[in-house]
Amino acid sequence: MTDQPFVPDGTSLQEDTSRAAGRVVRRPILEALLVAMKEPWTIVCLTVLGGFVLVAAFAPLIAGDPMAINPALRLKPPSPDAWWGRDHLGRDVFSRAVFGTRISLIIGFSVAVIAVIPGVTLGVLAGLTKIGGTIVMRIVDAMMAIPAVLLAIALAALLQPGLTTVIIAISIPEIPRMVRLVRSVVLSIREQPYVDAAISVGTGGLPLVFRHVLPNTVAPVIVQATYAAASAIIAAAILSFLGVGTPPDVPSWGGMMADARKYFQFYPSLMAYPGVLLSLLVLVTNVLGDRLSDVLDPRKSTRRL
Amino acid sequence: MLRYCATRLIAGIPTLLLVSIFIYSLIHLTPGDPAVLLAGDNATPSQVNEIRARLNLDLPLWQQFSIWFSDALRLDLGASIYSGKPVTWLIAQRVEPTLVLSLTTLVLTVLISIPLGAVAAWKANSIVDRLCMAFAVIGFSVPVFVIAYMLVYLFAVEWRIFPVQGYKPLSNGLLTTLHSVTLPAISLALVFSALIARVTRASVLDALGENYIRTARAKGLSAPRILFLHALKSVGVPVVTVVGIGFATLIGGVVVTESVFNIPGIGRLTVDAITQRDYPVIQGVILFFSASLILINLLVDLSYALIDPRVKG
Repeated sequence: MTDQPFVPDGTSLQEDTSRAAGRVVRRPILEALLVAMKEPWTIVCLTVLGGFVLVAAFAPLIAGDPMAINPALRLKPPSPDAWWGRDHLGRDVFSRAVFGTRISLIIGFSVAVIAVIPGVTLGVLAGLTKIGGTIVMRIVDAMMAIPAVLLAIALAALLQPGLTTVIIAISIPEIPRMVRLVRSVVLSIREQPYVDAAISVGTGGLPLVFRHVLPNTVAPVIVQATYAAASAIIAAAILSFLGVGTPPDVPSWGGMMADARKYFQFYPSLMAYPGVLLSLLVLVTNVLGDRLSDVLDPRKSTRRL
Repeated sequence: MLRYCATRLIAGIPTLLLVSIFIYSLIHLTPGDPAVLLAGDNATPSQVNEIRARLNLDLPLWQQFSIWFSDALRLDLGASIYSGKPVTWLIAQRVEPTLVLSLTTLVLTVLISIPLGAVAAWKANSIVDRLCMAFAVIGFSVPVFVIAYMLVYLFAVEWRIFPVQGYKPLSNGLLTTLHSVTLPAISLALVFSALIARVTRASVLDALGENYIRTARAKGLSAPRILFLHALKSVGVPVVTVVGIGFATLIGGVVVTESVFNIPGIGRLTVDAITQRDYPVIQGVILFFSASLILINLLVDLSYALIDPRVKG
């Protein structure tokens, strides 16, 4: 069993007491990650994701100015100086797609990180304290009753437009999901004999949380954060597509698709390039999330869009 | 059973109240004075004051909210700032396309995902299973508007089988309506069924390990009979749960899809209201969607008791 990731609702008492030291649970996460790294599909997805990261990092070296407007060349087909053709303002589609990678990756990563911090804090609070739990879960239920995309659209439209607003607008609907997940993990850990044991020897308060509770939430939280990144990338594209995302001159895949709508029947490729890149990035992120979920979180955190 | 229904119903009320508070406070996140924003650049101070008084913006926040909420309980959600029409009327006008689209999507989803998930589980770890699950991962990775434009390109631009956009109301006949919502419904159903196919696969896989399936096999029943009559019975609860959870996704998808296909439903109303900053409409529409979501999840909870006799209050 030592090579298996720790199962919070583990079934045998013997297994739990053998892990009562608390720290033991951290090692299997790294081990599990190393196992996952050796699978062909994981390698393919990591390579693709790495490719996107490199493109985003070195965008200025790869492509020309994504904002340069050139009306004389509007809607021109692909040529040596604009590999994927030009859009309705004569801007280079390839450059915009390359720079658009940046926006998608920044949003995906930031939302995943931002959702984790309040999500874990509130989730632990809700799982460990009775009154706190009731209050937090009531609010979480109410927030989850508002469709996520709708809430993000409304927030993005009502706050000052910009990248930060988009990130905040997408993060807020992500938080309640994280809270629910963390709380469910904490509730099951609370029932474990080693927690009773820790309390009986006088461990309480924050040491208990940091040494015994938090380490167990790491695996499911990593998985959930990966899914959150994938859905944040889609949400950001939806916001741009509906015209409430990042400012229109900033190159983003969703914005490119919004621009391409009017010309879609005659120039479908304007829609296809950003659409395919967007789908590919979300796809590899989701597949990586699935692989992580298989190796890290046998209980399966709830998957959603 | 009645008691179970009643407790579930009562549990929904505080949620709805909290949702209303959130939705109401949304406006006050906007930088600047909404009344000044709405009045425009050339407004006189008296016009601004008139707008402020009309929208009750001069009252304390809690008072504004309680007026809005008590009106909302009487289905009075205020009037649109731009058209002056009551928000409830605007929503009622737009319900039909959204409802037709959602129901068509739901039917298509069940038709696609349940057989797909069942077959994947039956042939677990085979090439068929891999293909079904690859479809599922791709389904929820490709954003709904990308799928939508792909379908439009193939079926509307290249082959001209379906219209590029637009909606024909039910008064033109059911078939005409269905023809006009086919592409948007398929786009949404592909995303939605990806979610449900996975859950179906997992639950059928569990069910196939049960003793009663072994008995059915021992009796010599045919594979489809075992799969669709015996194994699928136990799939009800998890699948219905996911339909409930996925409904929020569906609503988000409807907003986007209606925008892509230019369908005059509540989703379009939402996007238009947001771009115009028509606050009463934004609040009304979000409240409408949230209330439907709470209602759907209530129905999901209640259906457990119907599907699974073991669940009783």
